[in-house]
Amino acid sequence: MTLQKLTRPWTAFNYGFLDESAKRELRRRILKAIAVPGYQVPYASREVPIARGWGTGGLQVTLTLLKPTSVVKVIDQGADDSVNASSIRKFVGRVGGAVETEDTMEATIIQSRHRIPEEKLREDQILVLQVPNPEPLRPVQPDMSVAREMHGDADYGQLWLILYEQLVKAGRIMQGSSYPSMVNGRHVMTPSPIPRWDVPKLNQADHLTILSAGREKRIFAVPPYTSVEPLVFDDVPYRVEDHQDKTCYRSDVSGFFMNELPQDDGSSLYELSDSHFGVKNIQKSEGEAIEIGETWYKNGRVK
Amino acid sequence: MAAAYFDGRATGVERQPPRLMLAEPILTMRGIARSYGDVRALAGVDATVYPGEVLGIVGESGSGKSTLLRMMNLEDTPDAGTYHLALPGHEDRNLFTLDRFERRMLRAHHIGIVYQNPHLGLLMNHTSSGNVAERLLIAGKRNFAELRERARESLDASEFPIERMDARPRELSGGMQQRVQLAKAIALEPAVLLLDEPTTGLDVSVQALVLDTLKRLQRDRRITMVLVSHDLGVIRTMADRVMVMRRGEVVEQGLADQIFQDPQHEYTQQLVHAKL
Repeated sequence: MTLQKLTRPWTAFNYGFLDESAKRELRRRILKAIAVPGYQVPYASREVPIARGWGTGGLQVTLTLLKPTSVVKVIDQGADDSVNASSIRKFVGRVGGAVETEDTMEATIIQSRHRIPEEKLREDQILVLQVPNPEPLRPVQPDMSVAREMHGDADYGQLWLILYEQLVKAGRIMQGSSYPSMVNGRHVMTPSPIPRWDVPKLNQADHLTILSAGREKRIFAVPPYTSVEPLVFDDVPYRVEDHQDKTCYRSDVSGFFMNELPQDDGSSLYELSDSHFGVKNIQKSEGEAIEIGETWYKNGRVK
Repeated sequence: MAAAYFDGRATGVERQPPRLMLAEPILTMRGIARSYGDVRALAGVDATVYPGEVLGIVGESGSGKSTLLRMMNLEDTPDAGTYHLALPGHEDRNLFTLDRFERRMLRAHHIGIVYQNPHLGLLMNHTSSGNVAERLLIAGKRNFAELRERARESLDASEFPIERMDARPRELSGGMQQRVQLAKAIALEPAVLLLDEPTTGLDVSVQALVLDTLKRLQRDRRITMVLVSHDLGVIRTMADRVMVMRRGEVVEQGLADQIFQDPQHEYTQQLVHAKL
């Protein structure tokens, strides 16, 4: 007996890697997620050739949405050139024949981990966010069946309680990412580990956002023109990170979300977190004919 | 109105109506029956509570008093029976027909409860003020300063030391934990406050302090209370009226003084004399 006899003969894989029944399942779940904004729809998460927790949920959604005319951009914490982002982008290009891009304006599908690009997305673009922990109630209710009942009853008192206690202890909200947000006035979702800076970009956006957790097998969505409101107290306004006055040392651009680069002398340099947005700004400053799209923020404030 | 009270299901003994009972009852339960498998926990119990009074429910372990209290808190649904709360602006309907969400909202706004075990009533890893604030948050309060102030007021009214309002309940003594539960229960000025053995497990001096607090709250705020205890001393101290339960049935009910000075039912006599 040989290994060859035990295995099936090699055949070409399906378009977009996933078999059609898997894609059909995902499309149905996505439609349901869009129909009930913010509601976590369970789905049969498939194996894909990356490890669980490295973006399998996002990748399955991207592969399902893929068509030969798709233009795909993949970012990891704002960067197009990280190993994870490059690998996923190349994989999608290989199995779907999609055009790969780093330019937000060119892309039709943007798969992202932990950031939303600084340039405003359009109606014809879909943002796919990778989500490690889709359940906002997990810190207060580890029993998922009870958490689902709490969602059903809109019982979010304990989420507010976490924010209350942060204010009591620190005098300000300490939730740096995954800020719990009310979608369409009904379901509270965790908008993946995007920074507070990015949450307002989801509110009444032109584009469709699909959030998918492969390991946790949950999909939820924010359809275009849907309200996404971070949980805030009446007398404690929502605050984004204080990056308004930071300037990117590479592109000399300010008023956008920055990465902090600690220096040996104790000081810090800042660079634009959205790496290709930075590249475009540098190219433009050097006189190249580069079109930079409209941005969500202007001078550090949401337009 | 008095007729309902004087049904005297077990005793048939008519007693003089207390002054409080001239008002419309705030809580009315009729024919509450509940079995768990072959075990009959409640066998057609009637209960009526009038505004501003303290109804004491006594009985031995397994008599059904805590089950009845859970029914009042809408934590369980009986096999038979009706439950009405007279709440201004609310439709008068059998509360057992409410769905889970409606029950939760009714509990949040109109019913307070203090459990014997603080772990059932408190979030041990959150601050004491947070525990009180949670009740306000569930009821839709969203102003941080107001939450803080009302948590402080409720804790103060429960004679909880304000300087410890941001300590976690697990860092507090049993008596203090009961005060936090009490503060949480009264934060929204409930129509009915349910007390399930609130002093059991506390030493005698702390018991006395907690009872003093309850009496003061009842006197100052005219809070309607239903107090379940197997301790007749506690019931005697607190209750205006007493309901004696045994094996899921009410064997005798009446004014506290009447029950303690002139018990009619044999079981009540045993209970009173055993205690005294």
